[in-house]
Amino acid sequence: MSTVAAELKKTPLNAAHRALNAKMVDFGGWDMPVQYPAGILAEHEAVRTKAGLFDVSHMGEIRVKGPGALALVEHLTPNAVSKLAIGQVHYTAFLYENGTFVDDLLVYREGEQEFLLVVNAGNSDKDFAWVQQHAKGFDCTVVNESPATGQIALQGPLSVGILQPLTKTPLEPIGYYFFTHGEVAGIKCLISRTGYTGEDGFELYCAADDTEKLWNAVMAAGTPKGLLPAGLGCRNTLRLECKMALYGHEIDDTIHALEAGLAWIVKLDKGDFIGRDALLAAKAAPAPRKLVGFKTLEKRDIARDHMPVVQDGKQVGFVTSAAPSPTCGINLGLAYVPTEQAKVGGRIQIEIRGRAVDAEIIPTPFYKRQK
Amino acid sequence: MFPADLKYTKDHEWLKPMGDGTALVGITHYAQDALGDVVFVDLPEAGEAFGTGEEFGTVESVKTVSELNMPSEAEILEVNAALADHPEAVNEDPYGKGWMVKVRLKGALAADLMDAKAYEALVSAESH
Repeated sequence: MSTVAAELKKTPLNAAHRALNAKMVDFGGWDMPVQYPAGILAEHEAVRTKAGLFDVSHMGEIRVKGPGALALVEHLTPNAVSKLAIGQVHYTAFLYENGTFVDDLLVYREGEQEFLLVVNAGNSDKDFAWVQQHAKGFDCTVVNESPATGQIALQGPLSVGILQPLTKTPLEPIGYYFFTHGEVAGIKCLISRTGYTGEDGFELYCAADDTEKLWNAVMAAGTPKGLLPAGLGCRNTLRLECKMALYGHEIDDTIHALEAGLAWIVKLDKGDFIGRDALLAAKAAPAPRKLVGFKTLEKRDIARDHMPVVQDGKQVGFVTSAAPSPTCGINLGLAYVPTEQAKVGGRIQIEIRGRAVDAEIIPTPFYKRQK
Repeated sequence: MFPADLKYTKDHEWLKPMGDGTALVGITHYAQDALGDVVFVDLPEAGEAFGTGEEFGTVESVKTVSELNMPSEAEILEVNAALADHPEAVNEDPYGKGWMVKVRLKGALAADLMDAKAYEALVSAESH
């Protein structure tokens, strides 16, 4: 082991990944599986057609509780928190005053005045500090539960069939983006019908010490049905096909929520929140750039993250994420381009290792599951 | 993992001298494993010539792309056309069906090519 690897943070499933012969990588300071021996293509296909199991214990969890909790979360995020029922989840963000992203996150409403905020691993410390800093004057507690919490994600069309035999909690009635509490394989869990793959599935949160037992139980139940352990490699191709944003790619502290195509999480009429004034102003002015989906036209032209979008030899935009799409069989990507070039059917050029290649703007999401 | 009849580069290409002034070139087991699932191999045309260490193509996997560098000065005689439809051969059989180009060598073999033992030591050092 190198000294660098020794300093990486480990999830409670680290030994389990190594026992499965996973290929481990440094992901935002975490020692995480990028793929198992089956490989990214097989894992991707398993999630689309059967099921895959992901370790997402590196994600951060922040609990906000107390008489001022609703008011604080409303202040910190642009989506309408008061519209959430207890037991419901939504996608939202922390924004700076200028409307750009501190992070994106899920908000779970656990009670009238209790919320669980689930944030990106690499931003977890920054996010916790951000919430604490703004909590002054709101009557509530803010607790970083990340170190005490494990999380696994069972994703794919066979998820209900794999998980139901392990729990007395009826799973079918849990709607998409709703959650409940129950026991899975005798382990207390938050059972959430959510995910980052575009497929049906569940994210299970449990005590860190129980994570390996939970993982093993789901693996044992699912393996005969075609479940594969799935790494970060296919997690990225799966989310890209569904145009789900990834912090550091489609969103960051230089991109605001409207140009990222996330107007649907911005409820400007809900009352004040951090970033609202900037987004009101941005909405009133013509947007200079827009996030679009594209495909390159030649098989050999495979765009990659952060490549420039060019016009007449000058950079006019950039690729946020791109890869050969396992499900669609074409080379896909997302890019910020000038608004006047952002029409579906239009052509853009991407510079791939010094060569400007043609790409066509196509509708997104690239993939949508049949319901 | 390290066939004894091959020569290796520090960039993880292999070269197999055929004894008649020609050679086959591909990437090593270690290289294909690091790349993951290969989805496309971009190769030159027959007749093109490349100096030692010069880029002659690229290999694309789902998650990344890697340059192919010519192990020793040579001219391309033939490319492995089967890789167009079956790029996964690079993963499944990197020293056999996954070969990439057949070349005519020019001059002496590059001095810094490694034998199997030296290459194994390099890979062992890189993976720890």
